[in-house]
Amino acid sequence: MEKTIDIGQYIAIAVKWLMANLRPLFDFIKTSGNAGIESIEWVLVSVPFFITIALFTFAAWRYASRGVAAFTLCGLALIYLMGFWEETMQTLALIISSTIIALIIAIPLGIWSAKNMTAHRVIRPLLDLMQTMPAFVYLIPAVLFFSIGKLPGAFATIIFAMPPAVRLTALGIQQVPGDVLEAARSLGATQKQILFKVELPLALKTILTGVNQTILLSLSMVVIAGMIAAGGLGEKVLEGINNLDIGLGFESGLSVVILAIVLDRITQGFGNKISVK
Amino acid sequence: MKEERPVKIKVEDLVLIFGKQKESALKMLKEGHTKKEILAKTHCTVGINRANFEIYEGEFFVIMGLSGSGKSTLLRCLNRLIEPTGGNIYVNGNDITRKNHQELLDVRRTEMSMVFQKFGLLPHRSVLDNVAFGLEIRGEDLEARTKKAQQAIDTVGLQGFEQQSPAQLSGGMQQRVGLARALTNDPEVLLMDEAFSALDPLIKTEMQDELISLQNKLRKTVIFVTHDLDEAIKLGDRIVIMKDGIIEQIGTAEEILTNPATPYVEAFVEKVDRKTIITAGSLMHQKPTTVRFGKDGPEGTLRKMRTTGLDVLPVVDDNQTFLGFVWVNDAVLCAKRKDPTVESILKKEVPTVTTEVTVEEMLPLITATRSPIAVTEKDTGVLLGIVSQNSVVIEATRFNEQEITELKENANHN
Repeated sequence: MEKTIDIGQYIAIAVKWLMANLRPLFDFIKTSGNAGIESIEWVLVSVPFFITIALFTFAAWRYASRGVAAFTLCGLALIYLMGFWEETMQTLALIISSTIIALIIAIPLGIWSAKNMTAHRVIRPLLDLMQTMPAFVYLIPAVLFFSIGKLPGAFATIIFAMPPAVRLTALGIQQVPGDVLEAARSLGATQKQILFKVELPLALKTILTGVNQTILLSLSMVVIAGMIAAGGLGEKVLEGINNLDIGLGFESGLSVVILAIVLDRITQGFGNKISVK
Repeated sequence: MKEERPVKIKVEDLVLIFGKQKESALKMLKEGHTKKEILAKTHCTVGINRANFEIYEGEFFVIMGLSGSGKSTLLRCLNRLIEPTGGNIYVNGNDITRKNHQELLDVRRTEMSMVFQKFGLLPHRSVLDNVAFGLEIRGEDLEARTKKAQQAIDTVGLQGFEQQSPAQLSGGMQQRVGLARALTNDPEVLLMDEAFSALDPLIKTEMQDELISLQNKLRKTVIFVTHDLDEAIKLGDRIVIMKDGIIEQIGTAEEILTNPATPYVEAFVEKVDRKTIITAGSLMHQKPTTVRFGKDGPEGTLRKMRTTGLDVLPVVDDNQTFLGFVWVNDAVLCAKRKDPTVESILKKEVPTVTTEVTVEEMLPLITATRSPIAVTEKDTGVLLGIVSQNSVVIEATRFNEQEITELKENANHN
């Protein structure tokens, strides 16, 4: 069928306009963003592997269980022995920076949409769009705005990984029991006091579930971001695909899985520990 | 007598309307349209329909009604957790409804505290931190708030539980935390919304008793919302009964029970155990004909008995102090002997009570002599009235048959 409505054309025009007019802004974001990611990466790569492994194992033992600690120890050691340590740390750096930025945007958005019906009505379809749009699509504007490299990788990751944190923050705040809020109001608490002393502490567990989801989604996206030269394990996976190297593909894929499980168990355990108290 | 006490809270024409067209609904209400008409025309629900009442300082004021009667809503209007649509609420003479946001926060922080049915405790904080929460909001430093919170904890009997988390406590204990939290701010007014309704019956009774003794010590102005008439009667100095957002009646438990203002209140109070509420004060025959000792001799006594048609009269001295009863057959003999006074026939070993003694407590005083019961003023012994045994028995017929039989038997043995 012939194309009668060409939405893509308008999107392209909009993106071109942004590129033409906001170039200095994009450049600034790119430079400072890259600097941020690279400094995290530098720290992670330069810390000796055994210290990193020890820290992760300790965190797993402290917040999850002995079993998870054993898995963490063996899994991370396996990654090192397979020779993917540096790539894994690059990926981790990208996850950490993407997650931090995603949360900085997502948590206030979640709070806002929990408290304001209009905000909720606008934000919800946007989140639907962000979550269901095929992940690869985000790579196009990322590359157009920031060309290739780590920062556009992080940009695509942030968009892709943000929605669950927004949703779960909003959910957590909406679930705070009405009588607790009323009690706080009856004591003369201001909106700010209610937010920081009542709503956020009570929503913490749900918010941490959102953080956990964001981390895992970041992980799946940074692999895709390997396609735009974001480096790390994604690039190794891609190399395996391109060369039909089943060995390389499996090993780098396995590293992603190990990293995912370790991050998931530790963050989930952390969430449970905090809320049980 | 009560009207002389200082007014703490005055509610004037308070109206609360739920819905979007509040203004037109309010106008219709003022023009005298009914709730139904307003709902049909504006799609607004009238939550509270022109409530007017005064609450005195130190009074235990109960707002009572079934669910949907607007009682909890009315309570929340007092500290503006729910914004009233119209009318005024004066606390210490200042109109709460005209206060700006900051002033309102100050009122909530210092003048009024609230206790909730579901406690409303912060699950992530210890008992101590929950109790100190109000002070924390007020911005007091840690040392001061710990000290004050500890005092409140001691007051409600929560010593030793300071570091527990609320979830570890039973319902009754959780509500103590809620009460302590409200008391820590040292408010003049305590708002209690169905505070004991979520508790087991036994715990509920215990908490009610403790609240009464606490109130005797602290003398706060308490506004207590409940759907339980027995609780209202037990706790309240005065009770307001609400139905569909309208105040049906305001009065003491006794006024409401003895003189229900509307059929609704009447239907409501029928189920109540009257013997524990009706007191000598309401049952007594006021200003009875008396024999003045030293002035009325036996002849005078007999004349008074003839005119009143009574066979027994109370005897008082010049200060109206109750001395005893004289009986008609004794008085006849006394008159024949031509005694100057009734001293020889004066029965001094007779039951006397004060006005607040209940029917239940008067029942054991019924004796074979069928002596009336004298009601006297507490300290002076001044005679206020007479309660006949008949009227006690009439109230007592609300007991079951067996109880009445037993009482009569016991009386005859005396």
